[in-house]
Amino acid sequence: MEPEKRMDKRIRVDLNLEQNPISPFESLSEEVLFLILDLLNSNPLDRKSFSLVSRSFYKLESCHRRWLTPLRLDLLPSILTRYSSISHLNLTLCSRLTDVTLASIASLLSSSLRSINLSGSRSYTHKGIECLAEKCFNLEEIDVSIRVDLGDEVAAAIGKMVKMERVNMGRCKKVTDLGIGCIAAGCPNLKLLCVKGCVGVTDLGVKLVAVKCRKLQSLDVSFTMITKKCLPAIMQLPNLEEFCMTGCLGIDNKAFVNLKQGCNSLQALDMSNCEHMTDSGVLSILQKCPNLYHLNLASCSSVNVSILSGLKSMCKLGSIKLDGCKVTASGLKSLSNSCISLKELSLSKCPGVTDEGISVIMAKHKDLVKLDVTCCRYITDESLSAITSSCTSLVSLRMESCTKLSSEGFRLIGQHCPKLEELDLTDNDLDDEGLRSLANCHNLVSLKIGICLRITDNGLIPIGQSCPRLRELDLYRAIGITDKGVSAIADGCPHLEMINMAYCTNISDESLKFLSKCSKLCIVEIRGCLQVSSVGISVIAAGCRLLSKLDVKKCCEVNDAAMFSLARYSHNLCQIHLSYCSVTDAGLLALACLGSLRNVTMLHLSGVSPKGLATALLMCHGLTKVKMHSSFKSSIPRALIEHVESRGCSFHWMYKPFQVDFESSELWKQQSHDLFVE
Amino acid sequence: MKQIIGEPGIDLSSDSKMDLKLTRNSESFHKPNSSNHNLNSFNQASQYFPNLSPTNFLSRAENLQQNLKTKSTNSFEPNLNSGMATQNPPLDWDPHAMLSNLSFLEQKIHEVQSLVQSIIDQQAEFSSRPSELATRQQLATADLTCIIIQLISTAGSLLPSIKNTLLSNNPALRQLVNPDFNNNLKCEGLIRNFPETARNSEYEDLLRNLDNEADWMKEPNPLPQSDIVDANPIDEHDLKESDDGDAEREHLPPGSYIVLQLEKEEILAPHTHFCVICGKGFKRDANLRMHMRGHGDEYKTPAALAKPSKEPGSDVHPVTRYSCPFVGCKRNKEHKKFQPLKTILCVKNHYKRSHCDKSYTCSRCHAKKFSVIADLKTHEKHCGRDKWQCSCGTTFSRKDKLFGHVALFQGHTPALPMDEVKASGSGQGNDDMTEDLGGYNGNFASEECLTSMDVKGIDESRAYFSPMNFDGFGALDEFGRGGFDLEDNPFAFIPSGFGQRSGDS
Repeated sequence: MEPEKRMDKRIRVDLNLEQNPISPFESLSEEVLFLILDLLNSNPLDRKSFSLVSRSFYKLESCHRRWLTPLRLDLLPSILTRYSSISHLNLTLCSRLTDVTLASIASLLSSSLRSINLSGSRSYTHKGIECLAEKCFNLEEIDVSIRVDLGDEVAAAIGKMVKMERVNMGRCKKVTDLGIGCIAAGCPNLKLLCVKGCVGVTDLGVKLVAVKCRKLQSLDVSFTMITKKCLPAIMQLPNLEEFCMTGCLGIDNKAFVNLKQGCNSLQALDMSNCEHMTDSGVLSILQKCPNLYHLNLASCSSVNVSILSGLKSMCKLGSIKLDGCKVTASGLKSLSNSCISLKELSLSKCPGVTDEGISVIMAKHKDLVKLDVTCCRYITDESLSAITSSCTSLVSLRMESCTKLSSEGFRLIGQHCPKLEELDLTDNDLDDEGLRSLANCHNLVSLKIGICLRITDNGLIPIGQSCPRLRELDLYRAIGITDKGVSAIADGCPHLEMINMAYCTNISDESLKFLSKCSKLCIVEIRGCLQVSSVGISVIAAGCRLLSKLDVKKCCEVNDAAMFSLARYSHNLCQIHLSYCSVTDAGLLALACLGSLRNVTMLHLSGVSPKGLATALLMCHGLTKVKMHSSFKSSIPRALIEHVESRGCSFHWMYKPFQVDFESSELWKQQSHDLFVE
Repeated sequence: MKQIIGEPGIDLSSDSKMDLKLTRNSESFHKPNSSNHNLNSFNQASQYFPNLSPTNFLSRAENLQQNLKTKSTNSFEPNLNSGMATQNPPLDWDPHAMLSNLSFLEQKIHEVQSLVQSIIDQQAEFSSRPSELATRQQLATADLTCIIIQLISTAGSLLPSIKNTLLSNNPALRQLVNPDFNNNLKCEGLIRNFPETARNSEYEDLLRNLDNEADWMKEPNPLPQSDIVDANPIDEHDLKESDDGDAEREHLPPGSYIVLQLEKEEILAPHTHFCVICGKGFKRDANLRMHMRGHGDEYKTPAALAKPSKEPGSDVHPVTRYSCPFVGCKRNKEHKKFQPLKTILCVKNHYKRSHCDKSYTCSRCHAKKFSVIADLKTHEKHCGRDKWQCSCGTTFSRKDKLFGHVALFQGHTPALPMDEVKASGSGQGNDDMTEDLGGYNGNFASEECLTSMDVKGIDESRAYFSPMNFDGFGALDEFGRGGFDLEDNPFAFIPSGFGQRSGDS
């Protein structure tokens, strides 16, 4: 909800105050308040303010809340007694989730719980899931992904949830056919199943799912050992819309060529990295699945696009990904002839893409919405003029590292594509004039202009002035940018969520002061900005309360004061990179008090002693990943490391020499291009 | 070495000719050291001249060698080598060699003539010295033997089909040209194996044997190819061992094949070698080969017994299929929808499986019974491994069978193996979990919950260390936040004002 609207309501309420001696807020009916609450979704702080108005508001907010994403578990029981009608619980940020916690959640929320996300949480076992299955009989969605050690018992416990509709077991490597069989037999309403990376799953399990769960709409069997044997059963699912089988090396042409029956309902098929697929297989899929809209053939190196010429123009394909495939101009021609309703096309890293191919596509498909030509290094301004002249409704254009494009071409983008929302021009020869023309794209949400060494504030200021919806800005190694440009962005883009200013050496604390106005900012990368000091970080911490990811590597001026501010304000901080900073034990300890902190990289902290480091590790109980210099390995007690590891934290011992100064961005770019030539 | 004379395992009763058997055995014997041609050929010689003593030759060996070497090494040795190397050499006998052979014979005959003449002339003297006479007689006999052999070999080169036989089985010649004969250790073994009587110099015996040899030479004999002949039926059995004899797939029109029906006794007899013509079974392949010759002369010639694949044009046997003797069986030829069995082995397995008692019981489960012992062995390999279990209690030996079962019935789920559940349950230090969980009942007071959670929280995470974290739930705040005792903070050395204040609101 927009802040202005909220203000309007306040004013109206204030007017009532004069006429009514009782509290004006009491006069608002529950329905109205609920409606208001429905709209308070953009910023979590809004709801907090709402609940602080009065006791009744507090109570209403408690009744209204359905979604909850706790950052830590300590207070979960009291929170859950307050919010008793939570239906969607996301516990992904709680790394240490035990069976006891799950049991208490199950008994507190019982029938109201509909969805629970345990992805990445550790320490719980199948017993916790069994508690959920017993008490929360309305549970419809569960995510237990990324638990490499979880086996079939968890799947069996999920199989006891009769109303279960959506199950994500990605990367539960120990799950086998038996577990999948339990889910298939126990959850007749299953609509979504993801067994991505469950290497123990074979045809038998998948087949049983296809036989038992006839309501299945989405199935992900990526990186499993399935072969063609289970495909006929899957293709007979009446409601299947989405089928993902990335990296299934057991699938080859015959699997589809010999298929008697295709799936009419299938809309999205992802078969990227299926190395054994070739033209005939793809062709038979397209013939047998007439309603297919999304097709992903990324990295299917043996697929040749020209095979599509065999298709009649019946093809309904709207979105094709051909990343890394063999693509020729004639192939693109046949593609453009056969897929008449193409909306999205991805040709990233296709070495065969040339101006000719792009022009052919553009001539036919004027209503293309998304185009990805990342690393198509042979296209020139000719392509760009073809793109811009025909596809004026383009929303997303990604053309990282198209080195042959000139600034003249980029100007065309700004002139002809006003609807652009996502633009990636990383590592291009963009200059101020080109950037200035991009200001015409008022709808820009994401702009990536990293490694564009020629741009300066003169180009960036117009962007800040005319792109109010910008949420993501990447200025990595854009060395021409100074505080002035950043201030324009901070003024003009209040919704900014992510900004990357790494190695923009002209940035100082001033920039951060401007950026602190963007209250939604959550990812800030200022690696190697030598002028930034603790003052700037403190301001950011105080202003941007949602800050979750901070990279201050090599910001040598950043010291304990910044850490104290972060510890004080940034309760959402999950990830921080502190290498080469001037932080000491005290700062580290203050930081360790942040319960939300999970991922810390701290190499070459000259002011930190092994003792302080050990204490910080002990205090910071939410940690899941720590990168430290290997010299600390011997000085920190072995038992302490084991203890921290037992809490679910993994240590990465790095051995990197201390780097005194880093090379300039020009040199860096030159080196990266030299690498490409080789 | 003893096997050369008689292998104990061979059923001699059905053998009409001893020498056939011997030939085969000796061939298998000499294969490993084929480089030693001369010695091996001598081994063979001992079989064709069972009573011939090598000692007869010993005394004359050097003389004969002198005679032979001058002329015969040129003409014979190349032939010998080629005969050993290939079974079927192209025939081109050399008239020049033949002529030299004949002249050699002529010379030899003259020599013997003069020898005998001298005996007649000096008969009076010999009467006083019998040993002198004996020596002369011996010499004459040896010469005669040499002549006969030479004759045979010369004649043999005229007969293309038995040329190899002659050369490979012509030991005397090779023996005669063998310079190392006396030194070779093996000859001692050979001598030992010969009957004692053979050591006597009895010319009659020797001559009789030579006569036998000559008789045997006259009739064409399949012996050299015998290994090929017996390899053939074995191959057939090996190929068809596994299949169940379904003629269904081939759809032979009725009448296009011969139907054989074996008697029940014949089927149940423990035979493994079967005649492709009449179906009679034999325990040993050798016996079968003996039997085969009874089906006509065509089975005696090497040409007829050569592998059929080498002569694709000529189909020797008509297509043969088999009928089960059990009347009423679908495999019986009287049945309306008769489906013939493909091989005799199929007949055997079919009859035992379908029409015999299942007498072999599994020693593990004592439940499954089989009539074919191979089936039992197959079962025993997997018996007791029904590890795939359904929630209904049914067990399966194979996972796909279990999944088929689960797919078929509503409400059935695969059951997890018990040991697996136990193992993973104890992993996380949750041994006391079950007790803990016992306290979580349906009516759960929040305070109870809190206290129990607190215990856990203090144990695990030292919640007191982090007074900053009131807003743990995103940006949520609490009215009823509990007070934290700052005195408990063990990190008192942190400057006050940093980190101790509880928030931002």
